[in-house]
Order: sequence, then structure tokens, then C-alpha cells
Amino acid sequence: MNLVIRNARIVDPASMTDQSGSVLVEGGRIADLDFADAPGIPGGAEVIDAKGLVLAPGLIDMRVFVGEPGKEYRETLASAGEAAAAGGVTSFVMMPDTTPVVDDGALVDFLIRRAEATAKVHILPAAAITKGVGGAEITEFGLLKEAGAVCFTDGKQSIQSNALIRAAFTYAANFDMPVVHHLSDRELTGDGVMNEGLFATVLGLRGIPVEAETIPLARDLQLALLTGVRYHAAQISAGNSISLVREAKRRSERISAGVSINNLTLNENDVGRYRTYFKLAPPLRSEDDRLAIIEGLRSGVIDTIHSDHDPQDTEVKRQPFAEASGGAIGLETLLAAALRLVHSGEVDLMTVLRAMTIRPAQILSLETGRIARGAPADLVLVDLDYPWQVKETELRSRSRNTAFEGARLAGKAIRTIVGGRTVFEMSEEALA
Amino acid sequence: MAQSSPANASGALPGQLAGFPPFSQRHLISIADLQQHEIVELLDRAERMIPVSRQERKSLSTLSGKTQINLFFEPSTRTQSSFEIAGKRLGALVVNMSVKTSSVSKGETLIDTAATLNAMRPDVIVVRHSAAGAVELLSQKVGCSVVNAGDGAHEHPTQALLDALTIRQHKGRIAGLTVAICGDIANSRVARSNLLLLGALNVRTRVIAPRTLLPAGIEHLATEVFTDMEEGLKDVDVVMMLRLQHERANGKMIPSVREYYRFYGLDAARLKSARPDAIVMHPGPMNRGVEIDPAIADGPRSVITDQVEMGVAVRMAVLDALLPDSNGGPQ
Repeated sequence: MNLVIRNARIVDPASMTDQSGSVLVEGGRIADLDFADAPGIPGGAEVIDAKGLVLAPGLIDMRVFVGEPGKEYRETLASAGEAAAAGGVTSFVMMPDTTPVVDDGALVDFLIRRAEATAKVHILPAAAITKGVGGAEITEFGLLKEAGAVCFTDGKQSIQSNALIRAAFTYAANFDMPVVHHLSDRELTGDGVMNEGLFATVLGLRGIPVEAETIPLARDLQLALLTGVRYHAAQISAGNSISLVREAKRRSERISAGVSINNLTLNENDVGRYRTYFKLAPPLRSEDDRLAIIEGLRSGVIDTIHSDHDPQDTEVKRQPFAEASGGAIGLETLLAAALRLVHSGEVDLMTVLRAMTIRPAQILSLETGRIARGAPADLVLVDLDYPWQVKETELRSRSRNTAFEGARLAGKAIRTIVGGRTVFEMSEEALA
Repeated sequence: MAQSSPANASGALPGQLAGFPPFSQRHLISIADLQQHEIVELLDRAERMIPVSRQERKSLSTLSGKTQINLFFEPSTRTQSSFEIAGKRLGALVVNMSVKTSSVSKGETLIDTAATLNAMRPDVIVVRHSAAGAVELLSQKVGCSVVNAGDGAHEHPTQALLDALTIRQHKGRIAGLTVAICGDIANSRVARSNLLLLGALNVRTRVIAPRTLLPAGIEHLATEVFTDMEEGLKDVDVVMMLRLQHERANGKMIPSVREYYRFYGLDAARLKSARPDAIVMHPGPMNRGVEIDPAIADGPRSVITDQVEMGVAVRMAVLDALLPDSNGGPQ
């Protein structure tokens, strides 16, 4: 089935295009782009009039936790796929800390098949760096790569051993595979549950100093330069981390860094009075940190923005703050929350979209994330100004732990297309 | 105790606490929730309660027919007894529940217990829990008043109120005094509640501790921060000592008890820095020889047993304020 999307504002960060035009889709791929007023329309093609809305590459979310296998009551591949499609996300990387842990080629193979059978969007399995994400022995990188893992990460776990990190980096470089690493020094984090500072002190909560991030980051960056690995600092929360990444990037193009939408748009004040949906790892930091990270995004030190989608049930969230589980869902709100930065004038549209399309694609060696002849037709039509209010009961995730409950957002995916097929479309009533 | 309050100088014993407007709060979770006038009002109410406990028949009937549950997830002898006596002296039916918790099921127990107790229709639940914010969470799940008897390192509001009442009884005023809080500030809910309360009453607050026991941002909560006892105690009106948990002196935060006592223990020599009429306080239980010289703890400047007495008065006042319309029929 052929598809023509005409009258669109095509925004493609890969080619730095921001121009009105039409896209022709054939066989699930982008067959042609036309920036003329009246494109030729092949017979029998479905025609979508974008009415001037933004047509962007479908978003690629590099950090998503799914409850399948093991905790399907929190999220399945299918329900995460629904949430992703509604949020304009056409591909996401699934973290390996499931039950069982994705540390074996057979599991990667299973997940790929299962996702293809049940999910509306591309689910890209990440494999564990260490067996059982235990931080002690590296997994079979070669076999996991062959099975289809897109990168190695221990998900929420941060590897403490310098020697093991060095071995993992060296061996990953051997297979030219990216390593994505969450940064948390176990001892400096200790019993900490939120950013260290006045707010934690007033609440009587143990704080996590920024050095719990910057010290393992500095270690990782030195070992990445030593080993030549393709290294991605999973998520930066501290302003002090920006200068470390900037300096390392000067010396190697194989180093990159990501940030959670939460750390870009929220800060420690949002914890309020023990609101556990704002208990996150890394913790929400100070407003100064947030502003420094935004500057890092603008200047290209930060490469990617992800949702850190982490479904948790109310049972583990309705607890005293220190005892509650961390994490918040975010697939469906990622785009709209990121557009907050555009509407506030903090970051331009091209930069925000680049961090959720072509940059993740480049880091993970994907052919998606761009609007170009021959590329897969993973696309999203976005109404940049569509006003809506987040209601946890209306989100498609199986879990309700959104950090944006009640937030009034502007901007929404109106139609999401994966491989030329529409997987999400806003209803006429909602658009009216 | 030196003086009764002026309110009772007439000799009239309060049968009912007339003259106070309805208290505007439903719970007492945090000093931070109270306006200055509400703090003063609670202290005034407490002052009226002091003579009740000093008379031979130590009872009022203002809470008659009310049910008070003391729900303690952390063991505590003195605070629980104080709340129990306070409730009973006001005529309430008081039930003590000590909940043993394993670290894995603490939260589960909290919510489950809240729902269970709520179904028994108590009028007030007094809660102590090891996790900051736990009492507030519980208050959202029940239909009655909740009093925080200490939640983790967050707050212990009745302790701050009883400390303030003790100061007022001995000094005749609170505003304008200089109060030093010494010791394990980082882990102390008593310190937080006191800093908030004293700050609201225009007291010059000082904290004195080694840097390892000072939490981040403390300079925004106290007027002045000291790491030297002599300097910090200079010319203060009140010295509040905090208990040093023995497990802190394990080489992680503090190298040893003897080093702590050498630099941060309160003895006669250090107390000389304070004003000659300075009083010495401690929330208890004390570690004699760790944070305080026994001679000071049991000496003439110590008002520690007065604090315990004021504790009952303050808790009576809090219960009375939170549970209005005592004899006024169905609510």
C-alpha cells in the first residue's frame, strides 16, 4: 500500500530540513520527498493531508523498562507499544533488567519475535553487560549481538568495579557494540533517595551527592578513551557532568551522553512532600543543574533525550518515600514534555527532535530516525500546539506512575506511522 | 520548675479550656505547617494544662468518649507513655499498638494498618515511624486526626513544642533568645522541628556539630553554624544537647565516642561559654559521658526532667486542640 503525506512541514534533523513538502511511502519505506507545491500522486495511494502539521521522523527512545517478561502486570510489550505509538515513539530500546534478565541470546531472540508479534512499534532489546546484571561477569557479547541486541547496558545497575568496566569496554569494542551505562557510585549513593541539599534536609531524607554520578562518569570516560569503546553515558543529571563529557568528546567521537526528560523538565522541588512518582534515578537535581543540562543539550554535549519509562504499580509507590520504588512512566508524555522546552524558548525544535531521532539512530547504528529516500517510513505527525492535560487514567501504560499527572502540555502526536502503517491516530472528536 | 504560668496564677483550675478559638489544623504532622500564632496558641493551651498534672486528681473530661490510638512502628518508652498519660488525663480511651516491622514489609504494614485502624473509628492516631513522610502518608489514608510522634529524620513536632514551653517557663519569653542545638543534627528530627519552631518565634538559632553530622543546606535553617563548641556556646541562653546514636561512632562519621566527647561533649568548662543563667536541655534518652557530663545532666542548670513534665502538658494541649467539641454532642 502506497501512502502520500502532503502539505506537511517536514522537519528532519538528519538533513537539517525544515520545509513544507510531501513524502511518498512505498513498501514501508520512504520512496520520495517532494518540496514542490503539487506532488505527483501515484494511483491507488492513500493520501494524508497534513494541513501544515510537523512531519518528523518517529521518535527513538533509548531507555524504556517493560515488565515483560516477569512483571506483566506492570507493562507488557503490547501495552508499552500502545503508549509509545500514542506518544509518537516508533522505536524504543528495552532495558534488560527483566525477570529473567536479558543476558542470553535466546532471550533476545524471544523478545524480538514476541515484540514483532504483539507490539505496534519497534522494540529493540538491549542486553545486559554482566550476567544477571550482577556486576561481576560479562555476558556473551558476540552471541548477544548476533541475536539482535542493539547495545549493552545493565539498566538500573551501575557497575562498581573499575577492572570489570575496563574489560567490558574492551570486549565491546572488539565487537563494535555500544555500551550504555547508568552512573551511580554505590557507596556515595548509600541510602540516599533524592538530591542532596536543603530540600532533602528539610524532608529528613538522605541525599545523593552529584559526585555519586561524576566520579563513575570520570572513570568511565577515561576507560572509554583507553579502550576505544562506543560509550554512551546513559543519563546525566548533574551540571558538573557536562564539562566532563564535553572534554572527553573533544578527544573521541565515540563518546555520547543522554538525559532523561525528567531531569530536563523537572527539579528537586517537584518532590514536594514525599511524592514518590518523583523518586527517580538519577534523582531530580537542582534548578542550576537542570539549566546546565539544557545548555549541554543546546551545545551538543548531550546527544539524546529519553523517557526513562519505568512502570511501577501503586503497591510499591504508595509507601514512605525512602521505601518506595523509584521510577516514572513517560513514553506517552516524552514528546509533549520535550516540546515544553521548545515553547519556553529554552531549546529549538530541531535540537529537541535531533536528540530523539537521528542521534539515537546513529549511536545504535539504526537506519531509522531520518526522513530520507530509502529510509524506513517511521514517521510522526505532530501538532506542536495541541493543548492537553495529562490524566493518569487516560494514559495507555498499564501503570499509572506518571510524573506529569495533571500537567497541561502543548503538543501531541496526531498520527504515528511505523513502516508505512498507521499505528496511532487521534480520533476526529479529540481533534475537533 | 520555677513558676506556674500567669494564666493559672489566680489558682483557678481549668475544667475546660475556655477562651481558645477552634484550632485550624486537623493533624499535627510538621511544625512547618503551623503559623506563628498557632504555635503560640498551642503553647498557651499547654501552659493551662500544667496544673492539671500537678493536682491530686489529675483528670479532665474534655476527651471523654474519644478514642486515641498510639501506633508506634519504632520502639519508644517515654514518648509513648507521655502521649498515653496525656490522653488518659483528658479522659480519652487510649490504646497502645507497637508494630514490629521487618525492613521489607514496613510500608505495606503502614498502609494496611492504617486501613484497619481507621475502620475502628478512632478520633486520633499518634504515630511514630522510622521513615520520613510516613506519618503524612498515613494521615492521607485515615478519617481521623493524626499526630506525628516522630517520622524518621523529618520532624518530631511535640518535642519542639515541649522544648519551647520549657524555655518559656524558665526564661519567661522565647523571642530574642539565643539557642544552641548541639550534636547529631544530620539525623535528628528533634533538631529540624526545633529549628523551624524557634525560627518562627524569632529565636537566634545556632547548630554546633562536627561537619560529618551537619546536613546539606543547614545554613538556611539555622541562624548560625558552628563546628567549635566553645565558640558556638558563647553567650547562649539555652543549650540543647542531642543524643549521639552509638552506631554513628563507628568510624564512618565519628571515629570514636571518646573523641566525640573530647570535642563535642558538654561539660562544666564548655558550659562556661554560655550565659551564666543558661539552661541545659536534652530530649532523652541521654548518653552520659558521650554527649554530656553526668554532672551537668544532673546538675542545677539541667531542666531535663522539666522537659518530660512539659511533654505531658504539650501533648494534652495538642490532643485537646485537634479534637474539638468535646462535650458538644454528635459531630
